[in-house]
Amino acid sequence: MNTHDEEHMKKLLRQALPPVKSDAGPERDLWPAVLRRLDAETASSGWAGFNSAWFDGALLAGLVGLVSIFPSAIPVFLYYL
Amino acid sequence: MRNEASDVLNQFLQGDVDAFEELFRQHQRAVYGWILRITRDPATAEELTVETFWRIHRARARFDPAQGFEGWARRIATRAALDWLRASRTKYELSLEDCAEAAAPAPADPAVTAEIRMKTAQAFGRLPLKLRIAATLAVIEELPHKEVAAALGISITAVKVRVFRAMRLLRNDLEEQGITP
Repeated sequence: MNTHDEEHMKKLLRQALPPVKSDAGPERDLWPAVLRRLDAETASSGWAGFNSAWFDGALLAGLVGLVSIFPSAIPVFLYYL
Repeated sequence: MRNEASDVLNQFLQGDVDAFEELFRQHQRAVYGWILRITRDPATAEELTVETFWRIHRARARFDPAQGFEGWARRIATRAALDWLRASRTKYELSLEDCAEAAAPAPADPAVTAEIRMKTAQAFGRLPLKLRIAATLAVIEELPHKEVAAALGISITAVKVRVFRAMRLLRNDLEEQGITP
């Protein structure tokens, strides 16, 4: 394809798909939607923190329970720490 | 004025929501317009503008004020639009067909019929994404190659190569359909 063909194809493409008006703006205020998105992110990260704290607590409680029932397991746990 | 802008950017970096809103108000129109040029669908452009500013907020720790906010925002907007194009191929192709239908015939070239315009738009929608986005910005929107290269994160030469390959593939596709451009 030579330069002439390339220019011809570009012209055809612009006729098929004219450029979008560059001064176009959104029809509504998008800031509330951005804020909602940020709030959702904060809420989900808070929930993840709660989940991980809950899991850590349960794991620790399980470990303490196990050690109090089987004190002989303490050296084994210490070995693997 | 320059100090004020720099203050806003610094406050934004520290996570200040008011500073972020100010940046949003300053740049939302440009970001929306940029995404609209790529997606050609106003509703999608609105949705992706929100997505872009959310990504901007999340990535603020990586923002370098020396590089300027507008170019950085444009790169993030381009990536958001590319993700959408990958995920919503059918919707994009339909929006291309709508644009081709709405396009008025060029008075200088009556040989380009509505059918040719439609087939050209459909063939354009079948191009590989990387070539299509380069051609959209550089050929359809006639933006300077330098601007396109910065938004896509590639060199000016790479933009020229992608545009050339896009035009060649487009011509081959049309020829296969019996249309000699």
